[in-house]
Order: sequence, then structure tokens, then C-alpha cells
Amino acid sequence: MISFNLLILVSLGYVAFLFLVAFAAERRAASGRSAWLRSSSIYTLSLSIYCTAWTFYGAVGYAARSGLEFLTIYLGPTIVMIGWWWFLRKLVRIGRSQRLTSIADLISSRFGKSTALGVMVTVLAIVGTTPYIALQLQSVTQSIGIFAAHSGAVWEAGDLNGAAMWVAFGLAVFTLLFGTRNLDASERHHGIVLAIAVEAVVKLFALVAVGIFVVWGVAGGVGPTLDLIDASAQSQWAPVPSRWVGLIFVSGAAFLCLPRMFQVLVVENADERHLSTAGWAFPAYLLFMSLFVVPIAVVGLDLMPAGANPDMFVVSVPLAEGREGLAILAFLGGFSSATSMVIVATLALATMVSNHIVVPGWLNARTPGAVVSGDVRDVVVLARRVSIGLVLALGYVYFRLSGGGAALAAIGLVSFTGVIQVLPAMVGGVVWRGANRWGAGAGLVVGFVVWGWTQFLPSFGVDAALSQAVFDHGPFGLDWLRPQALFGITGIDPFVHAVFWSMCLNAGAFMIVSILTFPNPVERLQGAQFVKIFDYSSGARLWTQSAAQAEDMLVMAQRIIGGAKAQTLFQAEAQSQGKAGFLPDVTPDFIGRLERELSGSVGAATAHAMIGQLTEGTMISVDDLIAVADETAQIMEYSNRLEAKSAEQERTARALREANEKLTALSIQKDAFLSQISHELRTPMTSIRSFSDILREDDLEDASRARFAGIIHDESNRLTRLLDDLLDLGVLESGQVQLNLGHGTLAEVIDRAVMAAGADGGALKVSRRAVNEAVPVFTDLERLTQVFINLISNAVKYATVPEPELRIIVRSLEGRCVVDFCDNGPGVPKESQSMIFEKFSRLEDAGKAGGAGLGLAICRQIMAALGGDVTYLPAQGGAAFRVTLPENVEMAAQ
Amino acid sequence: MGRRVLLIEDEPNIIEAISYLLSRDGWTVHTHSDGETAMDKVRQGVPELIILDVMLPGRSGYDILRDLRADPQTADVPVMMLTARGQARDRELATSLGATQFMTKPFSNAEVLDSVRALAAL
Repeated sequence: MISFNLLILVSLGYVAFLFLVAFAAERRAASGRSAWLRSSSIYTLSLSIYCTAWTFYGAVGYAARSGLEFLTIYLGPTIVMIGWWWFLRKLVRIGRSQRLTSIADLISSRFGKSTALGVMVTVLAIVGTTPYIALQLQSVTQSIGIFAAHSGAVWEAGDLNGAAMWVAFGLAVFTLLFGTRNLDASERHHGIVLAIAVEAVVKLFALVAVGIFVVWGVAGGVGPTLDLIDASAQSQWAPVPSRWVGLIFVSGAAFLCLPRMFQVLVVENADERHLSTAGWAFPAYLLFMSLFVVPIAVVGLDLMPAGANPDMFVVSVPLAEGREGLAILAFLGGFSSATSMVIVATLALATMVSNHIVVPGWLNARTPGAVVSGDVRDVVVLARRVSIGLVLALGYVYFRLSGGGAALAAIGLVSFTGVIQVLPAMVGGVVWRGANRWGAGAGLVVGFVVWGWTQFLPSFGVDAALSQAVFDHGPFGLDWLRPQALFGITGIDPFVHAVFWSMCLNAGAFMIVSILTFPNPVERLQGAQFVKIFDYSSGARLWTQSAAQAEDMLVMAQRIIGGAKAQTLFQAEAQSQGKAGFLPDVTPDFIGRLERELSGSVGAATAHAMIGQLTEGTMISVDDLIAVADETAQIMEYSNRLEAKSAEQERTARALREANEKLTALSIQKDAFLSQISHELRTPMTSIRSFSDILREDDLEDASRARFAGIIHDESNRLTRLLDDLLDLGVLESGQVQLNLGHGTLAEVIDRAVMAAGADGGALKVSRRAVNEAVPVFTDLERLTQVFINLISNAVKYATVPEPELRIIVRSLEGRCVVDFCDNGPGVPKESQSMIFEKFSRLEDAGKAGGAGLGLAICRQIMAALGGDVTYLPAQGGAAFRVTLPENVEMAAQ
Repeated sequence: MGRRVLLIEDEPNIIEAISYLLSRDGWTVHTHSDGETAMDKVRQGVPELIILDVMLPGRSGYDILRDLRADPQTADVPVMMLTARGQARDRELATSLGATQFMTKPFSNAEVLDSVRALAAL
């Protein structure tokens, strides 16, 4: 005989064990040795909170009542895990990048961080989940009741209720302890996750153990069991296709939408890759959970007296067979199923309640700036703790009020259908950018109302919430509003009817309203982030220029995410901006990052509102978006400018290359020039040195001595001339020549030049026409004379004919005064004509010319400086040079 | 009758200086001042020594040296190059073409005499 006390003791011992497990996990996680806590197997096991007491106990009852239909409850999640992995991956990625804390946070965050939507989803979740929590409490008390009945003791109803209260209280303590250690609700709760993983193992082990006992211990092996099943009424029941489709859909959708499933699937997920393991491991877990359901149901029906509750066969069959140990194990399995579900559901709901209802309400009640002055951290923790208590209290109250009458599975399905009203907004928000908050709100409201009318209210039974008249004729006689025959369509299973209409009208309202209305800018950005989550690694900026001070932000952040973490965040940001200390520049990027950090603690909508208070409400507006667009345009313009710049750089590089080539060429020229000068200087010096050596000898004839001294003298003059020319050329070429302008006539200049060149009275006959030479000139007369001397000297040197003659002709040509110097010598060979104005270009032997070959180069430089020109005139029967005088020289005589 | 030296140089004063020095030292100095016809002059009577200027009208001293070395008749005649462009690469070029001696202007008379005597002793 098992006493009530023993059962309580076992329960307490088990709970204490769970506390220890959770505590150890938290300790390990805190000390950093938590790698295995983040393994994919723990993740997979934590998903098993899908299997609540409803599936542990209720599946057998379901099978006893409806045959194989119970399988649909397992098939839904299996299909989602295998077929919708892409969607799960997207959800997990979004959850991590947006630091989502709950499914309400997902919806609120996606649809413009809307507070209203967060509240709606939270309310829906509470309404949908509270009966479910009540269900778990009920299943625990019912199973205790089975032991009581078995032991023959008659327990007061008050005892059972008391037990339920103590269970609820214990769960509240557990959740409080391990669920609010981290304020950051988006972080993993290692203790809770490990505890529910352990419970997952316990419940699977218990159910399989009972199954094995039933098949081999009671029925006598597989063959007899199968015979028994064949003989049972259940095997004759044909599945109803519409119910199957509806049930599979609802259970699959619930797997995605249940707050507790979102908690373990997304919030507690440590690594996206765990999904691939869970993709096959979780369906395998479900398979084992369902394997012995039918045998236990059939054997139980066969074994137990008529009227026994098939929901309790898992415990009552072993008890009836006298296997008390196994019964206690089964009890612990059911207890595990119930407690793990309640803990996670409470945690998820409490996060939603505190983040979407309590904290926003508190913020609204305060004056702006409260986030800085008030102690937000305490408020958030307190809100979450109070919410945990509230949610469990609500579950307990519901349990007391409902009186534990309805069949477990029925409550489960009603809950499921209610919760999946979030599905259209959730799926739509993640895959459709056009979805907006008006659509989501409309869909949720319509779905909630339809569900309430067609399923929730009728589920209390005829004449309970709705009267028979309403069932038969609709409210106020409106026939088409009959709860189980909307729009006059009858003959559908009530469950399928409710699911079909609530989903269709919900999704329809969601889509139509989304199409007809426009999202606000935040929604557009969030929509893009959610739908294209794999293209975005970091969040888009939602804040533009703000009046917020870094210090205020730090104060707020410290109060919400804690001092050390906030300081680290701010310091890192300051460092990345190249600043010391803890106060970075408040950039839109930083505000966005801070908001995401805060939303990990208080949810997206609240974090947004808090930052909004600090930034004096500079929430993003169309103007801001335009600013962002402008910025984009500026970036594009900048990139265009960069492109232009790079083209310019290319041009510059080309110019530089050309300049370099020119410089190289010039350098070669310079080398040649220096080499030439060296030659020109060394040649006279050779003679000077050599003859001066000879002169130092004693036995030299006087005649020779005089001759050699003369040579030295001539060569010295040559050197001096060369140096003069070089300096002259240097000055002229540098363009820094000082012109000494004066008035005179061409005749005077030519006279002087002929005299200086030694052509006066020499072998060379100079013929001139004095009439033409009476041209007044205003120029540097010295320089012009120098040019003429050079040209006449050349004639003297090179006109090597028996009767050399030089004609100097002055005339007007195209309005300019030109002076031609034509001799009757051999002239300049055609191939040399282009070179004679270059430096050191000397014709034939140096000895005869007596110059360094700089004369014509100097002439050209002088004429350029004076504003005229000197060129070689070919085909004149000798050497001919034309000097074009500067423009201001007028031909007065003609 | 002294030994024959051919001086190929276009500067009259330098010709006079070197001629004076070498005549006094017992040489018979032949001179030529045109690059283009220098080889003809050499072939008329191969001298025992050639003094060759680099910068010559008509043809460069390097070209003449190349011809001298290519002609078996004159390949072994010692050649002393004279140049007023005393850069290292001029010296290298002269050496690579087979100049026996390379002298940069201006030179001292003693240098010329020493070099000529050394070359004659070869």
C-alpha cells in the first residue's frame, strides 16, 4: 500500500532532485564549463515539453475514445520538424539577431515594435495557456487520486486541492528561482533547460516501462497484444479524413505558436545547427512516446472495470496489477510531463506579461525620463516574479473553477486552436514583407473572436456559456452566426469547423488589411530584417540623430542589463570609436545596438519605448527615412566621386609617367651636355698644360717660347669665351635675362656687328642696302648686335670660297621686319639644318670654327627673349639665316 | 731614322704639343686629323704606335679602333686613346675595344712620354 504521504515524499524528493540538477547546471554555466549544456541532445530533449501530461496520460485516453486519431498530435510536430526546418531556422536566426524574448516579442518586434500587438498576443497566450496549466495541475491531482482510490483511502476533495496548490506553489518557486536569475530573458536558462531535459528522459522511460510491462507482463507478448488490438472496438474505427487533416494542422501549428515551444525552440536555442539534430531526434522521441499508447489503451480497456478513466490507465493499470513501483514511476513520468510544461509555460508567459503589459504600463504611468531616474532593473525583475506568481495562480484558479470536469484532451485541443491564432501573423511576418501591424492586429482579433465563439465558449457545454437556443438558432436569432455552423454551413465536425473558420477568417483579415493599409517606417525596416534575415547580419539603424546623452543612456543601461555588462558595452563602443572611457558618441548604430541589448531584457517594444524617452521621442519618421535615403544618395554620390577621383588619379599617374620619361630624357640630355662641356673645357686646357710644361724647360729657343706662349694665350681666351657663352646661355635659357631696352636703328646695329665680327675690310665682302636699314628699333640693342655678330662670324668662318660674300638684306615680310644673312659658301648640309640651333652642334672641325658650338643656340635664345626669331633659310646658294625682328619694329622706310 | 708614331688628332695645338714632345724623344711623328680617312693613312705605312683621339671629325676614334683591331695588319699595334670626356664608361668602352692605353685630357707631358715609352717597349 502506498500512502499519500509516501507519494508526497516521492514527489518532494523528485522535485528536490530537479532543484539540484538545475542548481548544478547554473553553477556549471556560471563557471563556464557549460559546453555540454549547450549540446544538441539537451536541446532536443528540451523540445519534449511539447509532450505534457496531456500526451502522457491523455494520449491513452484519446486512443481509448477515438482510436488512432491520437497520432495526429504527434504527426503535426513531426511534419513541422522535418518539412518546415527552413522556417524554424529562420525563426531561430531572427530570434537571436533581434534578441527576442517570447512569441509576443516576435510579433511586436516584427510589426513596428508595437506595444498593442504585444499585449494582444500576450492576452491570447494567457487565455490559451491558462486552461492548459490547469490541466497539468488536474492531471497531477487525478493521478494522486488514483493512488488514493487504490489504497482504499477516501481523501477529502480539499486534500486534492491542497495538493494542487502545493504543486503550483512549488512550481512557482522553481520558476522564480531559475527563471529570473538572468534579467536578460533572451539568454538561456541552463538550470531550467537541463531540468526539463531530465524530465524528458524520465517521462519517456516511464511510459516505455509501462508499455513493456503491459505488452509482456499483462498481455503476454507482442502476438497476444496484437490479437487483443484486433479484437478491440478501436481497431474498427475508420479515421475521419477532415478531422485528421485538421488535427495534424492544429498540432503542427501549435508546435510553432505555443509560448513554451517558442521559448525552447528559439529563445533557449544555443546553436542554429541543433535544429538539424532535433530534426530527426525529436520525431524519434515522439515515436517512442506513441509506441505503447494503443497497447496500454486496449489492455486497460480489457483489464479495468467499465467506467474507469482511460486517461489514467498509465498509472491505474500497473496499480491494478500490483506493480506499485512501476505505478510510482509512471506517476513520476506524468508529474514530469506536467511540471516541465508548467515551468516553461509560466516562464514564457511571465516574460510576456512583464515585458508587454507590466513594464510598459509602469513606463506610461511615469513621467518621461523615468528610465533614468527610476530603478528599472528592479521593476523588471519584480514584474517578472509577480507575473510568474500571477500565471500560476491563474492556472490554479482555473483548475478550481473548472472543477476538473472536462476530458483532458478536449481542453488541450481548445487551447491549441486558441494559440495558433498567432500563426498567420507569425508566418506572414517572417515570409511576407507586405505584412503590417494593422493586418496582424485584425487577423488576431478576428481569429480570437471566431475561436472564442465557435470553440472556446461552446467547449463549456450546452447551457453553460451559451444556451441551447444560441447553438440552434444563433445569437439574437441570427441563424448564420450559429457557433458550430457559421454562415449556415452545417455537417462539419465542430472542431474542424472552428479551426477552419478561425484560421480562414484570421488569415483573410490579416492579408486583406495588410494590403489595404500601409506599414510605418519601423515596420518596413523590421519587415525587411525578418523576411531577409539571412541577408542581414546586423540590424538596420532605427534611430537617427538624437538629443540623448551618452551618460543618460549608460545610467539606463546599467539599470536594465546590469552595471558590469552595460559598462562593458559602452566601453567597447567608445573604444571602437577611438575614445577612452565609457561614454561613446551616441550614433544611430550604437542606439540600435543598445536597443537590441535592452530588448533582450525587456522586449523590443519596451526597449524601443525606453530609448524613445531618452532620445526625446525621435522615433524614426518618414523624414528620417528620407534622411536615410539622402544618406544613401550621398554615399552613391561619394562613390561616384571616388570613381571620378580614381580616373583623375589614373590621369595624374599617366602625366607623372610622362613627366618621368621626360625627366629621364632630360637627364640623358644633361649627361650629354655635361660630357660635351667637359670635352670643350678639357681640350684647350690640354694645350695650355702641355705647352706650359714645355715652357718650364730651360733649353728652349726664344722663337719657340714666344710661339708656345701665344698658343697658351689663345687657348685661355677660348676657355674664357666658352665660359661666357655657357653662362650667357644659362641665363637666357632660364628666362631670367635682363633686357636693356633702348632706341636705335637697324643700320647702327648692323654696322657695329660687322665691325665686331672682323668682317670689315677682311676677305669677306659684306653687301648691304643702306636705304632699307633705316629702320628705327626699340629693343635690347646689345643683344640684337650679339645675334648679328654671331651670324656674320659664321659667314667669316664657313664661307670658304675664293671670293666670299655676305649679303645682309632687310625687308618687310607679312608685316614683320626681317633681316636675312646670306653667304655664298657651301651652306649647311640638309641633314644638319635641323640641328644647328642645338647646343654644341658644330659643323666639321673644331679648330676652324674656334667655338664650342653654342653661338646659334645663344642667338635663338636671345631672339626668343626679344620677341623675335632666327631660322635657317634653305636653298639660298649658301648658308642663309633669317632674323625676324620683334613685332614692335615698324618698317618706316617703305 | 727614329721609330714611327701616328697621331690621329684634330686639335692643332694638341698635335703641335705632342709632336714636339715625341720628336724630341726620338720619334718620327706622323699626324692625321680626319677620322674618315684615318684608316687609309694607317694602311699606307703601319706605325709602331698609334695615338688616337676619340672625338674626331667624320668618324669617332672608337670606330677607328674597332677597324684597327679587326685588321690583322694592325691588330697588334699598340694604341693609346686620348679623350677629353674622362668618364669611366669611356675608359671601359676603349678597353673593351682593345685600346692598349687610355689617357684623359688634360695630361702632363711626363705622363705621355712615360706611356709612349712603355708601349714602345712592348
